[in-house]
Amino acid sequence: MSELITKTAAELASAIASGAVSAVEVAQAHLDRIAEVDGRVHAFLHVDTEGALAAAKAVDSRRAAGERLGALAGVPLGLKDVMCMEGIPTTCGSKMLEGWRPPYDATVTRRLKDAGVVILGKTNMDEFAMGSSTEHSAYGPTRNPWDLERIPGGSGGGSSACLAAYEAPLAIGTDTGGSIRQPAAVTGTVGVKPTYGAVSRYGLIALASSLDQAGPCARNVLDTALLHSVIAGHDPHDSTSLTDAVPDVVAAAGTRDLTGMRIGVVKELGGEGYQAGVRQRFDEAVAALTSLGAEIVEVSCPHFDYALAAYYLILPSECSSNLAKFDGMRYGLRVGDDGESSVEQVMGRTRAAGFGEEVTRRIILGTYALSAGYYDAFYGSAQKIRTLIQRDFNDAFAKVDVLVSPTAPTTAFKLGEKLDDPLAMYLNDIATIPANLAGTPGMSIPIGLAPEDNLPVGLQIMAPARADERMYAVGGALEAALLAQWGAPILSKAVAL
Amino acid sequence: MTTMNSPALMPYDDVIAQFDPVMGLEVHVELNTKTKMFCGCATEFGAAPNTQVCPVCLGLPGALPALNRKGVEGAIRIGLALNCEIAQWCRFARKNYFYPDMPKNFQTSQYDEPIAFNGWLDVPVETDEGVQVFRVEIERAHMEEDTGKTSHLGGATGRIQGADYSVVDYNRAGIPLIEIVTKPIVGAGKNAPAVARAYVSMLRDLLRALDVSDVRMDQGSLRCDANVSLRASADSPFGTRTETKNVNSLRSIEKAIRYEMQRQAAVLAGGGQVTQETRHWHEDTNLTTSGRSKEEAEDYRYFPEPDLVPIAPSREWVEQLRATLPEPPAARRARLQEQWGVNDTEMDSIINAGAVDLVVATIAAGADHTAARKWWLGELARTANDQGVDLADLAITPADIVDVERLIAAGTINDKLAREVIAGILAGEGTAEQVVARRGLQIVGDDSALLAAIEQAIAEQPDVAEKIRGGKVAAAGAVVGAVMKATRGQADAAKVRALLLAHLGVEDA
Repeated sequence: MSELITKTAAELASAIASGAVSAVEVAQAHLDRIAEVDGRVHAFLHVDTEGALAAAKAVDSRRAAGERLGALAGVPLGLKDVMCMEGIPTTCGSKMLEGWRPPYDATVTRRLKDAGVVILGKTNMDEFAMGSSTEHSAYGPTRNPWDLERIPGGSGGGSSACLAAYEAPLAIGTDTGGSIRQPAAVTGTVGVKPTYGAVSRYGLIALASSLDQAGPCARNVLDTALLHSVIAGHDPHDSTSLTDAVPDVVAAAGTRDLTGMRIGVVKELGGEGYQAGVRQRFDEAVAALTSLGAEIVEVSCPHFDYALAAYYLILPSECSSNLAKFDGMRYGLRVGDDGESSVEQVMGRTRAAGFGEEVTRRIILGTYALSAGYYDAFYGSAQKIRTLIQRDFNDAFAKVDVLVSPTAPTTAFKLGEKLDDPLAMYLNDIATIPANLAGTPGMSIPIGLAPEDNLPVGLQIMAPARADERMYAVGGALEAALLAQWGAPILSKAVAL
Repeated sequence: MTTMNSPALMPYDDVIAQFDPVMGLEVHVELNTKTKMFCGCATEFGAAPNTQVCPVCLGLPGALPALNRKGVEGAIRIGLALNCEIAQWCRFARKNYFYPDMPKNFQTSQYDEPIAFNGWLDVPVETDEGVQVFRVEIERAHMEEDTGKTSHLGGATGRIQGADYSVVDYNRAGIPLIEIVTKPIVGAGKNAPAVARAYVSMLRDLLRALDVSDVRMDQGSLRCDANVSLRASADSPFGTRTETKNVNSLRSIEKAIRYEMQRQAAVLAGGGQVTQETRHWHEDTNLTTSGRSKEEAEDYRYFPEPDLVPIAPSREWVEQLRATLPEPPAARRARLQEQWGVNDTEMDSIINAGAVDLVVATIAAGADHTAARKWWLGELARTANDQGVDLADLAITPADIVDVERLIAAGTINDKLAREVIAGILAGEGTAEQVVARRGLQIVGDDSALLAAIEQAIAEQPDVAEKIRGGKVAAAGAVVGAVMKATRGQADAAKVRALLLAHLGVEDA
């Protein structure tokens, strides 16, 4: 195992920029690692060896030509398979898109390429980003590098697992209800869902348009901030994209003192239903924040109790419409076109064959929720709850600078454990969903291992919309304090693969 | 025998005697923006299939719409011209249904928050009692995107039944559409079909004046769906309506509505019930046939489009756009009538010929108004009528007319030759000057050539020449006629006459 793969993205970028190591060597080391462990982890759906090496070579040439390289030039990355990449298979973890190669790059993909980031391949995910375990991938589950019998979180389990397995130092995730943060929590990595609109959704295959947000994933806060700076910024192709300047999250990540910072602990996130070890590590982390100078306040967000219910009306409604385009007519799977059948029959057969159980369940839920006569009771009510949750956040942020909670109620559960119980699966996202409904940013950072199972626990930091830098400040300071306490990054405690 | 294709019809006078018609008109207008509503693709009509497409209008996974400001501008200007209120804040919605010509399987449209609403249009309608102004109230004008175009190939009829396969052209997908919906049009009585026609005709003129659309019904840039129902009297509740689609000309609108009134009346009089359904108008057979039944109406599951932000047109912007509106048609009519010195009847005939804008443009290009009216209402109106096309679609421009007039004024051609020049221009032979040169239409102005022709004519009619010499100047006409014939009309008759008299040494009377 090459020592290159345990380096941080910042270290790799600086080594490449100084010429201490070539981008091609770095890429090759990670490709070798993928070859070595991914048969067991299954973080990747597609590895683009040729493209990655070519991109790395281009970075080396630019350096040789004396060009100034970007902050992450030459650093390898795993791209969630929900993000379009020109000419590279993009399946969304579904049979529906098996073999489809997009004719265009997502804005995020384009920005990564422009920054010289080396895209190693496409990471596994729950089908169309629906799930919290990556077990709903049509191509088989990803396994948690901490314990291969456990889930790596979802939907972005491929992105979190590739970081924890040292297959890549950076990854892109997308977060509709927690798909970046919950996988980060259960794999001992860092994941950020920026403010809605901070990162362009153009080329991100939509699950729920009003909730989806792409974000950076890494093994530490600074790397996440560096990646955030590369992918964020206004995009005219996305009407919901913010026009604001990207906040200086990299500088914020260097914060080591939280004096004067008011941090709210959300009363509704952390009581019943949260694993004892998760609560213990959370309480210790809150104590650490106090030691860093922060003032801790308990705040109540009463409508968070309804977040899950509202989410499971809004998400399926939007998803039923967003996924309508997958009908076998223009691209992807087509089933039952025998020359005798009608268009409707072929569409029906294609969709029945192409979508998995969870996707089908949500399409049916959403179709029902939007139906004439039910719209007001379901979609309409859910939107009202959404407004109330936004008000809860507004009220809370009038009192405190950031909010904290456990990211997920439990540590990584076993594969298959919740597969037949959708409601139990949905409860994994109970703490992360409010931020999606409000469009506010959230981050998960590792805060230790639960004593009962020695598995990672994540702390969620939530900030007001457009104040993403506050999460990086709190996350950066807490991470540094915990690292000093532990003496080594949390991943060093995982069993070697 | 009554078959499905030719149901019983009640005579029109009986329909009017027994029923009161109610109409609702939905007009779809394709805007003439350079790019589509939600992407940068071109909107040229007639391009090779699927050459004006991109990930957005093909609905590829991951693609997102970005709103075309020009499309919104067009919608607001149309709304203002229709005396509508403009929404302070409105959104797009998704209309969900599966159809292969709709790439996303939903149409991005406005639903309960249209950009423009509560307007009206005063429409002059020709009735047996003369021209009457009828106010058509506008419910709303909203923005949406067009779908692709499906062609069913291999069958005899071009319809989906019997076709071997279907192909879809997505060039049209995403072209901005404005749907203009009237409130129920009541009180039109026997004039209902004429009101509908006059409304669409006026709307077309208005949209053309706004320069927001090509308004070509034949190319589908203006499409009209007509909802028709009958009730026993003006006090009765509305009857069950049908929606007739595929009405692609002004004449068809009138005919289709009249037909539906007669068909529904026959159904009702026979004790039957009108089925709420979509019907298709057939231009060739002049009848409507049943399409999709609305009883199994689709539930479109509308919800606000989350990929687009709400539109909140500032009042300043709306007022700026209001300032760009052309003069209202009634005011314009009054002004032009005064400028041109024409009476109501003459003005009606100019309007009915669709010649107002052309005459205005011709005057603007340098012709006097009498000449401009003469050509557009005379020669050209006849040609358009013969060819069955709109006056505006003839292959001649106001500038061409000005050229012709200039040649007449210069004495290069006369009135008779001018008609030939115009025929040449219509035939695509080039500019007026080019036609004159190519067809050799110049008046024979060379005195020696004319004198030769005069001498020839005198030699052929010596007795007439004698009479003229004897003082019977009126007899000169016969010789002049012969000269004109000999020069195939390419001479100035007055000049020939003067030369003839001078040649014979006779003073003009």
